[in-house]
Amino acid sequence: MLSRVAENIFWLGRYLERAEDTARLLQATSHVQLDLPKSVRTSWLSLVEVFGEKTLFSDLYEVPDERSVSKFLISDDKNPGSILSSLTMARENARTIRDILPQQAWELINGIYQYAKDESHRGAYKKHRHDVLEKIVAGTQSISGALYGTLLHDAGYQFLCMGWHLERADMTTRIIDIRTAGLIPIDTDQTVPFENLQWMSVLKSVSGYENYRRHTQGPITHKEALSFLFKATSFPRSVGFCLHKIEHCAWGLKKSKPVISEIRSTRILIDETNCSQGPKKLHRFIDDLQKGFHRIDNEITKTFFNMY
Amino acid sequence: MAIRWGNYPAKSNYDELIEKRNTPRKASEKLCRFLYGLNDGDIESHRESAELAIKLMGITFTVYSQDEGNIDRNWPFDIIPRIIDKDEWSAIESGLKQRVRALNLFISDIYGKQKIITDGIFPKELLENSTNFRPECVGIKQPHNVWAHICGSDLVRDGDGTVYVLEDNLRVPSGVSYMLENRKITKRIFPDLFEEMDILPVDDYPSQLFDMLASLSPRKVAAPEIVVLTPGIFNSAYFEHSYLAQQMGVELVEGTDLVVGKDDYVYMRTIDGLTKVDVIYRRIDDLYLDPEAFLPESCLGVKGLMRSWKKGKVALVNAPGAGVADDKVVYAYVPEIIKYYLDEEPILNNVPTYRCFIKEERNYVLENLDKLVVKPANESGGYGMLIGPHASLKERKKFKSLIKKDPRNYIAQPMLNLSTAPTLIGKKVEPRHLDLRPFVLSSKNITVTNGGLTRVAMNKGSIVVNSSQGGGSKDTWIVDLEGSQSC
Repeated sequence: MLSRVAENIFWLGRYLERAEDTARLLQATSHVQLDLPKSVRTSWLSLVEVFGEKTLFSDLYEVPDERSVSKFLISDDKNPGSILSSLTMARENARTIRDILPQQAWELINGIYQYAKDESHRGAYKKHRHDVLEKIVAGTQSISGALYGTLLHDAGYQFLCMGWHLERADMTTRIIDIRTAGLIPIDTDQTVPFENLQWMSVLKSVSGYENYRRHTQGPITHKEALSFLFKATSFPRSVGFCLHKIEHCAWGLKKSKPVISEIRSTRILIDETNCSQGPKKLHRFIDDLQKGFHRIDNEITKTFFNMY
Repeated sequence: MAIRWGNYPAKSNYDELIEKRNTPRKASEKLCRFLYGLNDGDIESHRESAELAIKLMGITFTVYSQDEGNIDRNWPFDIIPRIIDKDEWSAIESGLKQRVRALNLFISDIYGKQKIITDGIFPKELLENSTNFRPECVGIKQPHNVWAHICGSDLVRDGDGTVYVLEDNLRVPSGVSYMLENRKITKRIFPDLFEEMDILPVDDYPSQLFDMLASLSPRKVAAPEIVVLTPGIFNSAYFEHSYLAQQMGVELVEGTDLVVGKDDYVYMRTIDGLTKVDVIYRRIDDLYLDPEAFLPESCLGVKGLMRSWKKGKVALVNAPGAGVADDKVVYAYVPEIIKYYLDEEPILNNVPTYRCFIKEERNYVLENLDKLVVKPANESGGYGMLIGPHASLKERKKFKSLIKKDPRNYIAQPMLNLSTAPTLIGKKVEPRHLDLRPFVLSSKNITVTNGGLTRVAMNKGSIVVNSSQGGGSKDTWIVDLEGSQSC
């Protein structure tokens, strides 16, 4: 497989996953907001922070309210991380590798892009948001399904899968990071009643709430929730699960030793944490994980895409 | 009010489907009856499903626009197919095979002993002033004497029904993917007609192309490495490049994916390292192929590619230099070329062509510009033409001086009364002019597509069918009447 093609398919995976995860995060936030008392509601601006685009946002919008944040994250083509931008990039990547994509997968990618281009602007409004986001999630899911079910499971598929899971691991840590920063007063009595609700919100942001219940069979606690999000080997959005997948994919490729050793050293961080860090240490821990993701990404690029 | 054939004007023009008022040609009867049976709603829904299919299948072509840069447009498609009776088609097919065989012998001769020049049939000066003659190719031999492995010849039909060859595209002819996709769309929207009629298939083109390419591999290995070389995503035919690569299951590469090694073999950069390449179906013009041999500033090509090709380490398809026969002045000599190499009478007609570099012919052209179509020798895409009868005095004046300045670069032809076919315009059918580009594959054997790409000028009265200039396309059905009667 051509290096250029491998790189494109890796990024196709990343962009598709980014669009889907952003839609899930917004969907969960919109729901949970309604349950929380005004005093502890997560600010909409914190969603912008998840993507590290606070400066760009304040250049483009005056007030960080629900409508402008939704617009920024869903349909603003000036935001390179918006759902529309991610799907545009996914389609561009798919277009350059159309020769290896199954026709149906291409049609689905093109279809969801066309949908986002024509309809995603409606997502700024509460009334339509659920609809738009649901379609985006369903659309990206059917692409994943079509790719899993019809793409040749050769090297290209391993790159796609690495792209998916690296992006997902990154997104999960970003969500934990921002959402737990909002959870800071761990030991003040006053917010305890809502701590439960806020952890629910974190779990729901990664579609993990029901899963957590089934998996943990116990109440929601700080430690258990983090352990689930970092370590659960059966939860497909946990960091540990994603890293395991990436390593599995790398084993399917020749010359992947340096990549595997980077993945291993990041996995060790997950294995060794006891998940009871306070907010500051948690933030630092997540920082270390994200540095690990960067090193994995760099190593993949160096080993397979830019080796000459 | 649906399609009423009684209202369809069938007058001086030859119409591909309608013989005379209210009477379809035999091969079109079933289609016309079917269309007559549709109400407005049906027609609209067929049109919509075609449009949706095009949008979802992502069948696009890229147009360069000054304001918006490159834009990726959906392919304009008319749902009413163009039909040709198989008996008539068989004659056209033999004519195309004859023509391409002769053209390939001509190219081989031009880069070889140049006997056609020594024998006084083809003037030497023409070669010296040819933009597509590549001195780099002199002395090189190609397997089976084939240089233009893929040829797209444009056919038109005049008012009296005669089919003419308008031009031969021997460099990097495009359009075949649209032929294949058009068929997919009509199958989606008219499945009953395919059941009822005997329409010859076109889907085997990619596998024929693959077999032809594989047969050219210099290394005799079981699975030669074949690639399609594209200039990239911004090229107007990018869709086609990726489509063909996909249908053949070969790599689609850009210049930067390839490298010529110290051993003069061509390699591609893969995730496992460098892999040898045997056959390159290049969709890049000669001059951009290799900065070492041609334009040094080209970043589309591969340094050293010509070196590798000359040493026979890689096959290039079409071969560099094949475009020498693509010249519109050379076109004027094709009837002589056929007689010279094959000792046969041409089966297909050339459009009568005036060669401006010959004094008498040039004088005729200059005096009759208002009746003629003038074309530059080496342009494609319908650019740089003068359509005399439609042109202003000022434009004709401009061409007069252009021709005088560079007579070698111009030819002129009488304005043909191009045939029409019913085309859906709004909710009605109206006649629109069209042409046909069949594709001819040559190596040891020659094969011709069943039909080809029909291009239609969507603007009323227009005869310019190029997609860059408001042209659309139709599916082309070669209908076997005997076959469909027997079942």
